[in-house]
Amino acid sequence: MVETILPLSVENAVVRRRGKVLVGPINAEVSETGLTIVMGPNGAGKTTLLRLLHGMERLASGGQLKWQVPEPQARGQQGFLFQAPIMMRRSALENVAYPLTVHGVSRKDARKQAAEWLARVGLQDSADKQATVLSGGERQKLALARALIRQPQILFLDEPCANLDGRATREFEALLHSVHEEGTRIVMSTHDIGQARRLAQDVWFIHHGQILEATSAELFFEDPKSKEARAFLKGDIIE
Amino acid sequence: MNDILAGLLHAAHLIFTLDADLIEISLRSLRVTLSAVLVSSLIGLPLGCWLAVQRFRFRRLVIATLNALMGLPPVVVGLIVYLLLSRSGPFGVFGLLFTPTAMIIAQVVILTPLIASISHQAIRDLWAEYHDLLISLNTTRRQRIMTLLWDGRRALLTASLAGFGRGIGEVGAIMIVGGNIDHATRVLTTAISLETGKGNFALALALGFILIGLAVAVNLIIHSLSRTEVSGRW
Repeated sequence: MVETILPLSVENAVVRRRGKVLVGPINAEVSETGLTIVMGPNGAGKTTLLRLLHGMERLASGGQLKWQVPEPQARGQQGFLFQAPIMMRRSALENVAYPLTVHGVSRKDARKQAAEWLARVGLQDSADKQATVLSGGERQKLALARALIRQPQILFLDEPCANLDGRATREFEALLHSVHEEGTRIVMSTHDIGQARRLAQDVWFIHHGQILEATSAELFFEDPKSKEARAFLKGDIIE
Repeated sequence: MNDILAGLLHAAHLIFTLDADLIEISLRSLRVTLSAVLVSSLIGLPLGCWLAVQRFRFRRLVIATLNALMGLPPVVVGLIVYLLLSRSGPFGVFGLLFTPTAMIIAQVVILTPLIASISHQAIRDLWAEYHDLLISLNTTRRQRIMTLLWDGRRALLTASLAGFGRGIGEVGAIMIVGGNIDHATRVLTTAISLETGKGNFALALALGFILIGLAVAVNLIIHSLSRTEVSGRW
């Protein structure tokens, strides 16, 4: 029985780079269930916030990232999807199998599970192709399968559809829905308001590295509290 | 022009008659250089990879030094290895001077910085590409290095082949520590040097053509075995 790592909380978290504060101070909690959309204009700090929650950013002193289990155990229960999917110089099948083989699962079992995941994301015919020759949409689906093969409790997605066309976006969202329905907690960033409306159960609105609103999707889209969020939803340019 | 033509004809004659001396020195050339490349690769490839992944104080200085060592003058290396292996040197007791082992040692000193430096550059680029993914997948440093070595294997093969190219044509160091002794330490490059000194240009050229042919053949065989340049592969 795998212990739940959620809720995940951050306290006074600040990420600095070259003396400049990129994000923070942040105080937030990722609950056990739901599908959270992190919204905000370009450069607001969405990517840094997701990386922070995933434990990929070094926090300034005083900040804390807390899971319900020790960190090494928690790290194994998370997946992350990057905006530009990173394709290893291997076949599609080996890319998906990698998270298992690197953590000690036998090659045979890993390949079997990878084949199942490839079939699930519709890439069974591309199993032996080199991953880098796949199209943008296929790469993102492959990256999703790779992120999910270890069955993480929480999946972070950083604008996964930013470079996809309409059809690929629809297919990707359908996959995301099914994964979420199976119990995977999802935290995803986007600045596509339409996508946020389609997917979000709750919304974090971020601007200048601060979470200005963290509320249910219904409330956020009907009655945003901050003037920045209102301007963003109206389609105004906010600085 | 006549000398070159004569050299080509002589080379063909030596090859088709399976000249015993030619086979002996060619095999010794291969043995010395392939051994040196193997040892240098075992040291240089993980070293280059480690330097690409690991951050530490004076890292830049170490990399700059490694790059500078790529241009080590072989005669200086030969001289230093000679002094270390000579009777009065610290390793004189092993009696290695004027043996193929001494030649391998000298070549390892020359080839290791070259292989480490090229592999460092190749792996550095791959690490930049894989960094976020491997961190996100919670891999250990050892797992990262193993992954980079495997996925960068074709670039690393190029590093080893560059080492082979430098080693097979090297003459200064192995002449000093090997002594160019007939039936003991004579290899293709030292034989070419000797025959040129004697004014026997046709034979020297013939050996030169065979040396080039050998280098090309080894490269082709290794590329073929590792299936590089095949469509859709790295």
